[in-house]
Amino acid sequence: MTPRVDDTDMATQLRTTKRPLERAVVVSLFLAGAISIAVTLGILWELGKEALLFFQDEVVSIGDFFTTTVWQPQAGSFGIWPLILGTLYITVIALVVAVPVGLSAAIYLSEYASPRVRGILKPALEVLVGIPTVVFGFFALTFITPLLRGVFGVNTVGFFNVLSAGLVVGLLIVPLISSLAEDAMAAVPDSLRQAAYGLGASRLEVALRVVVPAALSGIAAGVVIAMSRAVGETMVVTLAAGASPRNFDLGTDSLFGTILNPFEGAQTITGYIVITASGDISYDTIDYNSIFALGLTLFIMTLTLNSLSRRIVKRFRQEYD
Amino acid sequence: MTVQAPERPDVGFFPTDEEYVELLDKRTRRGAVVRTGFLALLSVAVLGLVILLVTIVDDSFGLVAVVNQNEPEAVVAAAGYDPATTALSDLSKEDLVTSLQGTISNGVGRRLEREQRFFEDRLVFESQAKWDEVCASDEPPSGCTGGARDTSSVLLLVEERVIQPDVVAVNGMIPSVLDGQGFRDRIESEFITVPEKYPDYTFDQVRFQWRAWLSWKFITSPSSSTPEIAGISTAILGSVWLVLIAVLFAVPVGVGAAIYLEEFARPNRINDIIQTNINNLAGVPSIIYGMLGLAVFVRVLEPITSGSLFGDFAPNGRTVMSAGLTLGLMSLPVVIISSQEALRAVPNSLRQAGMGLGATRWQTVRSQVLPVAIPGIMTGTILAVARAIGETAPLILVGAAGFITVSPSSPFSQFTALPIQIFQWTSLPQPEWRNLAAAASLVLLILLLTLNAAAVILRNRYSRRLT
Amino acid sequence: MTEHTDTDIDSSPPTAVHGATPNGEELADDVAKVLETRDMDVFYGDFRAVADVSIGFRFNEISALIGPSGCGKSTVLRSLNRMNDLIPSARVTGEVHYHGANIYAEGVDPVEVRRRIGMVFQKPNPFPKSIFDNVAWGVKINGFKGSKAELADHVEATLRQAALWDEVKDKLSDSGLSLSGGQQQRLCIARAIATQPDVVLMDEPCSALDPIATLRIEELMLELKKDYSIVIVTHNMQQAARVSDRTAFFNVQLDEKGQRTGRMIEFTPTDVLFTNPEQQETEDYITGRFG
Repeated sequence: MTPRVDDTDMATQLRTTKRPLERAVVVSLFLAGAISIAVTLGILWELGKEALLFFQDEVVSIGDFFTTTVWQPQAGSFGIWPLILGTLYITVIALVVAVPVGLSAAIYLSEYASPRVRGILKPALEVLVGIPTVVFGFFALTFITPLLRGVFGVNTVGFFNVLSAGLVVGLLIVPLISSLAEDAMAAVPDSLRQAAYGLGASRLEVALRVVVPAALSGIAAGVVIAMSRAVGETMVVTLAAGASPRNFDLGTDSLFGTILNPFEGAQTITGYIVITASGDISYDTIDYNSIFALGLTLFIMTLTLNSLSRRIVKRFRQEYD
Repeated sequence: MTVQAPERPDVGFFPTDEEYVELLDKRTRRGAVVRTGFLALLSVAVLGLVILLVTIVDDSFGLVAVVNQNEPEAVVAAAGYDPATTALSDLSKEDLVTSLQGTISNGVGRRLEREQRFFEDRLVFESQAKWDEVCASDEPPSGCTGGARDTSSVLLLVEERVIQPDVVAVNGMIPSVLDGQGFRDRIESEFITVPEKYPDYTFDQVRFQWRAWLSWKFITSPSSSTPEIAGISTAILGSVWLVLIAVLFAVPVGVGAAIYLEEFARPNRINDIIQTNINNLAGVPSIIYGMLGLAVFVRVLEPITSGSLFGDFAPNGRTVMSAGLTLGLMSLPVVIISSQEALRAVPNSLRQAGMGLGATRWQTVRSQVLPVAIPGIMTGTILAVARAIGETAPLILVGAAGFITVSPSSPFSQFTALPIQIFQWTSLPQPEWRNLAAAASLVLLILLLTLNAAAVILRNRYSRRLT
Repeated sequence: MTEHTDTDIDSSPPTAVHGATPNGEELADDVAKVLETRDMDVFYGDFRAVADVSIGFRFNEISALIGPSGCGKSTVLRSLNRMNDLIPSARVTGEVHYHGANIYAEGVDPVEVRRRIGMVFQKPNPFPKSIFDNVAWGVKINGFKGSKAELADHVEATLRQAALWDEVKDKLSDSGLSLSGGQQQRLCIARAIATQPDVVLMDEPCSALDPIATLRIEELMLELKKDYSIVIVTHNMQQAARVSDRTAFFNVQLDEKGQRTGRMIEFTPTDVLFTNPEQQETEDYITGRFG
């Protein structure tokens, strides 16, 4: 009988075979992965380069950019605070709406709802996620704004106002908060709920005093993500909050009458970028460069929020491992 | 070791049974109140969704007050029929063309004829000699080669050019159904009280009719500067082109990256950085991708994206190509992350089985792992596409044209897209545009809901097979 | 403590059996029961998990439920304080009487039931709160009337009773999760008894613990039965033999439709069950011939 394997030189036979095709495949797969790095570098490079050009322009000073409160490109005033005010104001209004609504939705769906009710409500929230932001913008302008003007008076509420934009951005981020909070609450071990029930706790006490505290960091992470989303939201604010930066003077303008008046419009960082770019913008003008300086600011803001959220989640995971 | 027997703790501080019953009652009541509160707040979100959808549907249909330059009955009568028994749409093509001839100037008629001729066998506005001359030129118009217009397209022309409807006031669907007479009365009184609102007309000219802003004609007509005849075919085609390019870019690259990260990458620094970086990219606002697209695709790569390397196409880089690639970059993290999840769901035993047979890692991935993961990858891709179709901000950055009526014909065409069209129409002051924006939103939502439903069905079928 | 102050729904005063050690004594029906099931069936959806369970638990005894896995002994235990209500598909028929009142009767609030019938679970599950708050929380939600200092005294007394005080007195504000497994389980026992129930249900409380920690819990249980009636599910026959006064043996049987259903085979004083069981099935099980 002849041996099936010629083992005279087995050591050689077992040596690593060169597989050029396999190698090429792995390299191209790696390159596909590396494209994401190129995207990030591209973003940083382009935003950074144009922002630098912006700050080198003779009418711009980086100090004024971060310290003055008038944004009036035509007049050569580039103080970012009016745009940041608009952005943060709308974000805060959005969170005031979305946090209670989103958390209530999460608690109700996770701790109360019967499977049948859940089966109706949860898809409804998911539909909200799928609606394009421009449609939300349409909704803000054609429904919410007229509603507000009807309730508070046409003379009080401007055609463009931050309240309408904030409310609709809030509606838009509700599903984000509710689904992340629900995930966090689902991750709370059922044994904790049982322990609490075993002590004679009511459903409300279990939900609010056991489940929510145990899921708190996951919930917080969700709120931070939602905040980042609100800061970067563009179409709703462009359509509903108008295109005039809310320039102010801290000393003379009244805080609630003018600076924080929810019934008047205010441009946001994203709103300015879109409006400026929607015309026929010419390269290497100060307008062109300014949107990149703002883009860089926006990028840093959202990146900070996103990494903060990820850090919170990481801590959350450790608790139950 | 024995345990000391301590006293059972004092019970004096606990409520008596009567007190406890009362307390429990209070707790139960509080629980019911708060539960109702939760449900009420949750309903705010659901109510918001419902109102949003109702608003859009409401604005897509409804009564309009319209003034026709020529009444359809007059056109029918002029053609020699009895308006009481014959409608405009019953007229023959010959009658319709005759009516056109009687209304529009010869110049407009010649232009229409050069676009597409009215009859195969004869010319209506153009002389044969001139026609032959034009068709013999270097760039013959489309009418020289294409077939003749059919009756329905001539009917459209008659409605547009002869009847020339001008919508002077609009009403939502729900108020129209509930109280159509109220709308009529309101307009009538407005003609008396605020005549400056309707400077060109008297109330006698006004006709009230039901109008579906969302109609087949709306979907198949190109955009126009007249709201009565504007449609979204240009925008739909633009969106299709964009998504096609975005998918062609994002899916191969994204799935490749996911395969690398899940199947090949060892946990080292570079791969860690890649993974973290992808997670970070997923959270970058879409407008930033638009700025990247503007700086890189539109500006730096203009020779490629404008097609000037390959011939004479577009004057600048603000083309379907640039926008599609921008959307592709934006979708990349979503595609990668969902593909990674799909790959992770493939049981390890499959990989071991493959490798145990002496297959290389890539062979195992290609013929064992990937086929199992494909439905999951497709689900993720559909969701990424759904997101890309609805994106507006990055398209504005890379220069979507606000108003074009020519459908894109190549990757190097100028373009508009559905969300851009909605944005533009929403920003216009005249109320009719709102109705168009609503109708276009409705089309977009139906499209997205279909895509999402497809993704859900795919996901359900897929998860059932795995378990 | 010799009085059960919260027996308003009871018709027969329990004092008659206090301190009694009923080993070897006949299972007389006239002895007062703290908890008694009557023809109880438990269903999960259409599946009948246990059938026809009639069993009476006496005051200040430790009663053990044993049997092969799948025999429904945990299901029975969880039906005793309506924990099964938390499983949407679960349904209980028959009656469970607590001090003579049916806890499944119309209008009975499960929250009220669970305050009086506490529970300790298989795996230690302290709340992610401080050790102090783990014990104090249940007390507070149940309407503790004393001051902060009095609450602290109560927590201390409870932890002493659970034989945990000396180990945790210096770190009461540490997280409950920082304790060892055995300590966590004693913390969970302390948490359960802090609300002053008079029955404590224990669902395999030692299965996740090492032998030394197990021993301490067993000693604790023997200590606690002076004040509480305890029902324990265990898969460890030695444990049942060591700690319990009475033992119920459950087994899986095929019902008339051929479905597997848990049934109680016999319930007798522990020494009788382990030395001289009435039923052949029990004999087979305790001698290790199956299961």
